[in-house]
Amino acid sequence: MIKRIFLTIIAVVIVAGVVFFALAWHATLPEVTTPEAASFNQAEIDRGRALAGIGDCVVCHTSEATKPYAGNRAMPTGFGTIYTANITPDADSGIGRWSEQAFVRAMREGVSREGSYLFPAFPYTHFTILTDDDLSALYAFLMTRQPISEKPSANTMKFPYNIRLLQSGWQMLYFDDERFTPDETKSEKWNRGAYLAEGLGHCSACHTPRNQFGAEETAKQYAGAVIDDWYAPALNGENQAPLPWTEDEIYRYLLLGGTERHGVAAGSMSAVVHDGLSEASEDDISALAVYFSSIAGTDTESEADQEPRQIITDAHARASTDRSHGEHIFTAACAGCHYNTAEIALLNRPELSLNSALSAPDPVNLIRITLEGVSIDDGLPNLMMPGFGPALSDEDIVSLVIYLRRTQTGLPPWENVEARVRGLRQ
Amino acid sequence: MTTEFVLNGQNVTVDVPDDTPLLWAVREHIGLTGTKFGCGIGMCGACTVHINGRASRSCITPVSAIKGASITTIEGLSENGDHPLQRAWIETQAPQCGYCQTGQIMQAATLLADFPDPSDEQINQVMTGNLCRCMAYIRIREAIKIAANEMKDEVPNG
Repeated sequence: MIKRIFLTIIAVVIVAGVVFFALAWHATLPEVTTPEAASFNQAEIDRGRALAGIGDCVVCHTSEATKPYAGNRAMPTGFGTIYTANITPDADSGIGRWSEQAFVRAMREGVSREGSYLFPAFPYTHFTILTDDDLSALYAFLMTRQPISEKPSANTMKFPYNIRLLQSGWQMLYFDDERFTPDETKSEKWNRGAYLAEGLGHCSACHTPRNQFGAEETAKQYAGAVIDDWYAPALNGENQAPLPWTEDEIYRYLLLGGTERHGVAAGSMSAVVHDGLSEASEDDISALAVYFSSIAGTDTESEADQEPRQIITDAHARASTDRSHGEHIFTAACAGCHYNTAEIALLNRPELSLNSALSAPDPVNLIRITLEGVSIDDGLPNLMMPGFGPALSDEDIVSLVIYLRRTQTGLPPWENVEARVRGLRQ
Repeated sequence: MTTEFVLNGQNVTVDVPDDTPLLWAVREHIGLTGTKFGCGIGMCGACTVHINGRASRSCITPVSAIKGASITTIEGLSENGDHPLQRAWIETQAPQCGYCQTGQIMQAATLLADFPDPSDEQINQVMTGNLCRCMAYIRIREAIKIAANEMKDEVPNG
């Protein structure tokens, strides 16, 4: 009796194992000779360039500015560090010997040419929705880049996450191999924005919290998340910014890298705007703005004209009675550049009472910007902020950050500011 | 490590470590000593220059941060020392020891670009980071208002 049950269990386990392997296993696709750059037509390549911009491929797949797309950029995850692939058409270390079919499979199914699973730090869960035409254009673009010989370092994934075959299980739980289906109740422009954002843009990959297996928590899509020690703000109704992210604000932010009413694209977002979306058409950026305005719930007329005047006035009033150490530092080091009158917030005087870093639930953005500044190439073009890390002590920064949260917003104080500041110092 | 930028309209190259403060590059390597060292931590304003036209503290700005940017020092504010602010400074005899004054003038230039007809409150808030140990603030304020009066007919607020 017991022996029978035991044998049955063994048989079930073996069958389950066989089924799992059958589902998990992928064939190696044959190598091809690296296609000649001249074999791709220029219109396709240009289309691919714009799409690669929206996908921001160059940012993750580059570790040194002189070697674009050659990969080897370290991506720390909760499971170990991954080094991105070389996606130049180099035959030995890049994807030069990948057929278009292999490229499409990688983008749609998260499987390499050799048949091994890719880790979902590569957001194939998003790229899977791309159309055949767009994938062709991307292939044409990538295959016509400068081939660069660069072999990425080995990943340092902890056991058992380093067993790639187990990704098959992850996929069963968290991946839908589906193309994009438009929402018939929405406009064409909204659908274009949705296709771009959910596909190549992979915006929710940063702006959505992840579960313990590294998958996006779909129930909390766009609720905001900390990634790479930067807080990617909530893009949905949970965003705490004092003025609404209207379609116009989103458009201008994505086009220019900053607005008077919300602040600038710094940290990881700077590259998205300046290295990525700078290749996209204004129409496509406008479509993204339409989509995200609906995600934020600001696509109703009544929110369109909100004035900063009362917000700035209230911040001035709170600051005027403050005589803390943080206030002294702000007055000496910051007000010269950051002061605005209540009548108008000037674009090149980033108004802190309106700024997303101040209204975020996490102080990390404000702390890092204070320590590191914003370079000339980040944020708004040609406007720079020096970093105060070398100049100010931990106590100075902590007092300043607490002062700013207290006076520039009416939001609850941040917790553990002291520990965060110490942790963020290099 | 060489860094190239534009200084007072001229292309320059400095061969210094990337983290060298712009203040050092301007004073020691290029030899323009109008910009002063006061505190080295961005808290006194004596080192104020313009980076792409905006007042900024050069003592805490590493040269790596301004590659390719356009820097203006007091020497480049005008061709002949006759910027309205410079003339107003002479008219009111604003300097006492003079040490803070180049920083004051550079900061005031940005103040007037943003607030062409500044109130006392606006002057307080924007100039507060520029310390004057000789307490010449009253003459500085007066000079700013004289220059504002002359300039506001020329350049509208952006």
